[in-house]
Amino acid sequence: MLTILIDGIAYGMLLFVLACGLSVTLGLMNFINLAHGAFAMAGGYVAVVLVNRVGLSFWLALPLAFVIPAIIGAMMERTLYRHLYARSHLDQVLFTVGLVFMSVAAVDYTMGSQQVFVQLPAMLQGQFSFQGVGVGRYRLLIIVVCGVLAVALQAILVRTHFGSRLRAAVDDARTARGLGINVNAVFALTFAVGSGLAGLGGALGAEILGLDPQFPLKFMIYFLIVVAVGGTSSVTGPLLASLFLGIGDVAGKYYVPKLGAFAIYTIMIAVLIWRPYGLLSRHRGR
Amino acid sequence: MNRADSAGLASRVAQHLARRARWRAPEILFWLAAAATLFALPGKHLILAEIAILGLFALSLDLLLGYAGIISLGHAAFFGFGAYAAGLFSKHGLIAEPVLALLAAGAIAAALGFATSFLVLRGSDLTRLMVTLGVALVLRELANRFDGLTGGADGLQGVVMAPVLGRFAFDIGGHVGYAYSLAVLFVLFLVARRIVHSPFGLALGSLKGNPLRAAAIGIPVNGRLVGIYTFAAGYAGIAGALLTQVTQFCSLDVFSFERSADLLVVLILGGTGYLYGGLIGAVLFKLMQDWLAAMTPQYWQFWVGLVLVAVVLVGRERMTAWTGVIRGSSGAR
Amino acid sequence: MFRGKWLAAGIAFAVAAGVTQAQDAVKIGLILPMTGGQASTGKQIEAAVRLYMAQNGTTIAGRKIELVVKDDGAVPDNTKRIAQELIVNDKVSFLAGFGVTPAALAVAPLATQAKVPQIVMAAGTSIITERSPYIARTSFTLAQSSVIIAEWAAKNGIRKVVTLVSDYAPGAEAQNSFKERFAAGGGSVVAELKVPLATPDFAPFLQRARDASPDAVFVFVPSGQGGTFAKQFAERGLDKSGIKLIGPGDVMDDDLLNGMGDAVLGAVTAHLYSASHPSATNRAFVDAFKKANNGMRPNFMAVGGYDGMHLIYEALKKTKGVTDGDALMGAMKGMQWESPRGPISIDPETRDIVQNIYIRRVERIGGELYNTEFATFEAVKDPVKAAAKK
Repeated sequence: MLTILIDGIAYGMLLFVLACGLSVTLGLMNFINLAHGAFAMAGGYVAVVLVNRVGLSFWLALPLAFVIPAIIGAMMERTLYRHLYARSHLDQVLFTVGLVFMSVAAVDYTMGSQQVFVQLPAMLQGQFSFQGVGVGRYRLLIIVVCGVLAVALQAILVRTHFGSRLRAAVDDARTARGLGINVNAVFALTFAVGSGLAGLGGALGAEILGLDPQFPLKFMIYFLIVVAVGGTSSVTGPLLASLFLGIGDVAGKYYVPKLGAFAIYTIMIAVLIWRPYGLLSRHRGR
Repeated sequence: MNRADSAGLASRVAQHLARRARWRAPEILFWLAAAATLFALPGKHLILAEIAILGLFALSLDLLLGYAGIISLGHAAFFGFGAYAAGLFSKHGLIAEPVLALLAAGAIAAALGFATSFLVLRGSDLTRLMVTLGVALVLRELANRFDGLTGGADGLQGVVMAPVLGRFAFDIGGHVGYAYSLAVLFVLFLVARRIVHSPFGLALGSLKGNPLRAAAIGIPVNGRLVGIYTFAAGYAGIAGALLTQVTQFCSLDVFSFERSADLLVVLILGGTGYLYGGLIGAVLFKLMQDWLAAMTPQYWQFWVGLVLVAVVLVGRERMTAWTGVIRGSSGAR
Repeated sequence: MFRGKWLAAGIAFAVAAGVTQAQDAVKIGLILPMTGGQASTGKQIEAAVRLYMAQNGTTIAGRKIELVVKDDGAVPDNTKRIAQELIVNDKVSFLAGFGVTPAALAVAPLATQAKVPQIVMAAGTSIITERSPYIARTSFTLAQSSVIIAEWAAKNGIRKVVTLVSDYAPGAEAQNSFKERFAAGGGSVVAELKVPLATPDFAPFLQRARDASPDAVFVFVPSGQGGTFAKQFAERGLDKSGIKLIGPGDVMDDDLLNGMGDAVLGAVTAHLYSASHPSATNRAFVDAFKKANNGMRPNFMAVGGYDGMHLIYEALKKTKGVTDGDALMGAMKGMQWESPRGPISIDPETRDIVQNIYIRRVERIGGELYNTEFATFEAVKDPVKAAAKK
């Protein structure tokens, strides 16, 4: 069913935008940032406040939902995260879990515990019919925006100077430094962009996934699934993983509803048994 | 190597292990203090029982993480499996005596651990995290699906515990429950201690440090990993069974992601690799949580998060430096 | 089974302590999910409870009322331990709150053992009140709303329905009660869809529902997901293709309704409470609630908390301040009063709530979305227990 395919692709793309920042951070800086979901939540709430309360247009709010979490990410990287790169993974887990708790409680305090919604412009509501198939307007927007982002990210990674420096730093940070690449600046910029993407994903996803203060905790699992299945050494890995999982989850629930809840976990376990380091990664041993 | 040499080597190893396994003063004090709480703090026995159970659960994860280097986000799978097993034993009158039911539940959880151990043998840390988590979540869904057996989202109803060893009935003040939990914790701790200070424990240490080299000198890496995973699963199952027996209730939350995640936080807080980390972490975390929640029922999570962040920034090692005496020889982190 | 030496000693101690405290404060242990997925429920109930105490003072029959609020995070083993501590250490005379069914069920044996009245202000499964003779409920049962909407649907031209519920015990209960009553009224349920509890995306289920071309979709999802569901319902064009959205009013939660947008206009649900219920009592309640809580609108959970406190206060008045569990339960049975939701009473046989269930439609009034009531079914008892009796 084509509509289901579109639903699955949209869901997958959303997961991709949300999770790719985490994947790159993990692969690049070897830093387990479990607080990634908090940046997504920030972006979502930024969009909600700007559109609902300040009255800004949805189209303007989206880029701001990218920029503001990116700035927050950059600031946090400079002040807090930077000190923890050399620490053990366990320390990083403890630290970022602490950050998540703080952000969840802080948002609960300032914005309330209930779910919030972004008021969409009229042109994004409902479906239109294409060749007899119903296509959700909002889902189409998600596919387009996230698709463009995926292409842009891959292009930056593969074709630009920055991209080659980034790939060098991911492969071997020490050698990259030795070659004169400012690895710290690469880290900082990448972290900021990753957080910004998460924020944008949060804003886009508020409509479909539901936005409330528990968002980082509820969806941490899904981000981790995408990153584990996709591997951390590329952008295409998480993209494929998200699409696979998104379509698998949606189609599974449609065609075999009895197995609905199991689908995503069993797919993940199966893929990880087959390819322990992720779908597309070169064996890293990390 | 001739017989005299290998005999000499064996006795040197035994001496080395015996030295490491000596009881040190802080350890003795710890257990004396724990025993004292049985009499000194009757009002706190309910939360102390929870701490003892959480401590046992964290101990089981320490065996995996601190001694074998396997990181798991799904340890709640075994906890929950043991919990439901114990609940069902008692509800359907299959095994009435709590201690027997406890051991049976532990055995069943260990069997599950054995069956799923192959999943953690390959892959990176992230892979292990996700696979173990996946198993726990699948179990949760199964428990939800078979709600005729497990009670589903409502929880397992009608769990009524017979008196421990036929004599000590569970009471509303939680005194018997705490004494029972503490006793189980102590006994299992002794067993775990024995195991880590044995050649098996030494083998684990070496394969945690460098699996390739360990394999090269003839240690059956996968065999040891499967062994410790099964053992840790059994311990987790006993912890879960203990929870069901002491609270006389069991619900889907025993499998939840939050439970596994909190466990990881508790263990990291206390420190891995020296067996007491889980216990100390459980005490610190639970007491802190309880105290903060009493002051601000709605926003205590913020302060807990702040404490965790502060602990990491200040440096975990500095916080638990005083436990160095215990850790001394085992070289843990 | 529990009768050991320890138990006797513990209870004797507690009772003796209670007697010596005859003129001391009456403590109420309020156990709510203040963090986690159900936090909005906890917030609403706590606000309503405090409002009631602010409006009605804190002294009954010469004794001071003290509230102890505890967070259980909706995890039942927490609830049980907290309840035990409240009983043994704080010596509470009432246990109240209970945001989810397993939490209420876990505490039931304690209430029986300690003879402490347990007032359920939120959880909605039928069997709860049967688990202990010391439980009284002021919230609702899911079945109450489900059968009423089934009756209304059967009488209003809806013949084919697809049910879409979350795959857990309350969802199953809502679906089964609906199905029975709807079939009895001549309708048929053409498909029964079960949605995993942790589902982020309703797309595949909504698509299936649409494929079956029913007259209406009966929906029950936990209150945290109602908004997302309604939005996806509209996004998929189900409303445009003539499929109605019906169900118990949990989906059109007053707390979230305004944020859902025009997508939900016209949805018909059956429920115990709407913030726009046209009675003087309710208007006063809503105004006072909004004033005390930064404009937050009360929902059906809040009214459960408000009425629960009323029940506690009135029971204490009747027993003249005596906090013996049996006396209090006796005072509670059969009590009737006018709540912000309408007239309610506590069924003397089942100790469950008997209330009006209203059929409402979502309308825009004064720029905000409200559930406007247009039909009333009076004095609805819990159908599951009523049927079991027959």
